[in-house]
Amino acid sequence: MNTEQVIGIIALMGKRMEQEKEFLTDLDNAIADGDHGINMARGFAAVEAKIAPLGDKDIGTVLKTAGMTLVSAVGGSAGPLYGTAFMRSGVVMNGKTEMNIADLTACLKASVEGVMQRGKAVKGEKTMLDSMIPALEAIENGINGGLDSKDAVLCGVKAAREGVEYTKTIAATKGRASYIGERSIGHQDPGATSFTYLLEVIADAL
Amino acid sequence: MVGIVIVSHSEKLAEGVLDATKIMADGCPIAAAGGDGFGGYGTSYDKIKNAIESVYSEDGVVVLVDMGSAVMTAEMVIEELGFGNVSLIDSPIAEGAIAASLSSFCGDDLEAVKQAALLAKNDPKW
Repeated sequence: MNTEQVIGIIALMGKRMEQEKEFLTDLDNAIADGDHGINMARGFAAVEAKIAPLGDKDIGTVLKTAGMTLVSAVGGSAGPLYGTAFMRSGVVMNGKTEMNIADLTACLKASVEGVMQRGKAVKGEKTMLDSMIPALEAIENGINGGLDSKDAVLCGVKAAREGVEYTKTIAATKGRASYIGERSIGHQDPGATSFTYLLEVIADAL
Repeated sequence: MVGIVIVSHSEKLAEGVLDATKIMADGCPIAAAGGDGFGGYGTSYDKIKNAIESVYSEDGVVVLVDMGSAVMTAEMVIEELGFGNVSLIDSPIAEGAIAASLSSFCGDDLEAVKQAALLAKNDPKW
């Protein structure tokens, strides 16, 4: 896909965040501070406006601009976390005007590393990493097993959804939900959920 | 003097902590960056950046944060500014700010101001 298509996918991510705004906020209300859906919708709306005129730029510029905008416009932890993910992906795509499945996988890998570093978190703490890491692994396995791009990303979506289900079974040890600890068991993590939606948007577009 | 920045999810809390430092260190360069910048609870990259720049001098700045996105957003601002003498301190914001602002007001250098804020973390109240 080219720069315009990447911009189009990010715009669709914004539409999806707007659609899921109330659900994500309800999930967040149950275990934390109840701002995730509102913040994500506001952040991606700001991103859409900022990247719309960048069609003639490289994909790295688009992703870095998106990341910086998320950091400024989100206002909660999703800002620095998704912002870091997009900015690190921007570094991967620096100077490139075409993105293939290897690039997408490299972006996801850089995103996982960025989120782990920024959030000082690992898998199994009831965070977005619990859907991101299984999704990355599933996509890598899919490609190595000979699947085409769309099918590999669909495997990633399936793994991300399973990751969301897994977050229901564990207590939060990172993020605001860690304040309620064991009482967070039974609730799915909002960040793991929003990541799954973003990956679904990518899969639909392939 | 070393500058102090208070980052809190609550605009009122950040302003209140700043106010409390006036008890002993009225005159220390200090700025508050509270709230998400949209009138709600959260943290604002732009507010934190502006606050650091407003109290910055070659003496440096210590940044005190409450939790979560305040930590991560302040880290990102400090990385982007790249000043080298702006430090994020892991201490309670009220006690840390009072200790740090007094230390700065008394003419201590950045390292001493950082230590003053850090001591506030483990200092028993009785």
